[in-house]
Amino acid sequence: MSTRDIIDTLAGIEPGSAPDAIRARRLQARENAQKSYLALFEPVDANEFALAERFAIATFVTGLHGESPVASFYREKLAATTDGAALVEAIQVEIQRGRTSGPYGAFPAGPLSIENKAGLIYRVSAERKPELGARLVAAFEHAHLLVFRPRDAASADMKALLAAGWSTTGIVTLSQLIAFLSFQLRVVSGLRTLAAANAQKEAAR
Amino acid sequence: MSAPVNPPVAFTQDELGWVSWIDPLPEAELTERHFAGFVDRARAKSEYFRLLVRDPEVLEARTKTDKDIFYNVADGLPRAERELAAAATSRYNGCIYCASVHARFASTYSKRRDDVQRLLDEGVGADLGERWSAIVKASVALAATPIAFGPDNVEELRQAGLDDAEIVDVINGASFFNWANRLMLSLGEPSK
Repeated sequence: MSTRDIIDTLAGIEPGSAPDAIRARRLQARENAQKSYLALFEPVDANEFALAERFAIATFVTGLHGESPVASFYREKLAATTDGAALVEAIQVEIQRGRTSGPYGAFPAGPLSIENKAGLIYRVSAERKPELGARLVAAFEHAHLLVFRPRDAASADMKALLAAGWSTTGIVTLSQLIAFLSFQLRVVSGLRTLAAANAQKEAAR
Repeated sequence: MSAPVNPPVAFTQDELGWVSWIDPLPEAELTERHFAGFVDRARAKSEYFRLLVRDPEVLEARTKTDKDIFYNVADGLPRAERELAAAATSRYNGCIYCASVHARFASTYSKRRDDVQRLLDEGVGADLGERWSAIVKASVALAATPIAFGPDNVEELRQAGLDDAEIVDVINGASFFNWANRLMLSLGEPSK
């Protein structure tokens, strides 16, 4: 039995339960998924990427995946930050504007072109740009790209972030944050689905 | 920032290179904090890891998560099938670089190179037999946004003979590649 971590909390896994025992077999993965969360959301150095920005982007990314315990977790964290609380409503509106289904996008020109799939190219609405500011506007547009059409990413997208005031190190952490959340959301969803399927089987006995 | 060099236009099991779009740390600037982030010191030679090491704490935790999910094979899913989940996720998300590495590993550990190649050539709908197709289908359902993994996927994996610990390995392996694919695709590009 181990201490409840953030994935247990979000997936509703109780200490001593069957899913807890399975997770304990991948102890290093479990501990380091937690350390990844802490490195991103309780960082030793937030100079290149402020905490309120991290929670704002996490709220946007998890919200784009649909409402879930993970989405409400990050939204509450954002609401608890001094600089972020005022942004919650604006971000909710942007989530509604940005929701779609992925992955889509284009492959490099060649035999894979027949698999190209068009979809929403999201841009923050002009009305909310002043409220969010240039850094978050660029980060949200980049996050939407990575969530729904990662194969469309291009070197120009890096230039857009640099132009909006992101440092190279800040871009690395931003990419890790968006990509980590893609992982965390899926582990939580997968474990919840497995537990629910088992509960249903038990009930049907 | 390097110029693009001969990017591949199809999925392959060949060894590819990867070129960063933004500046990795120069080897001369690496400190002990960075080496801790690499976990393996040899990674200091890689452009990709010298870029990610700009945030050493995240890189270290991510590397250790990766190693346990894929290399800890004392129980759970065989290595080949964890690699299959990684390759299928990468094929579906469109990461030609990640797919090349993990398709190659899947082939090495399973000795089913032709089946792996069909996954790359035909895509995630290729018929790879009951067990492999169930793993591919579950990985794809997990990779979709919104996430489409449901009780039917669990049932299909069970029918194919996977127990709960093995299903969790599929969930972990596929989920982890939604992390990896987004880094490789957004920070640079593959080269032949």
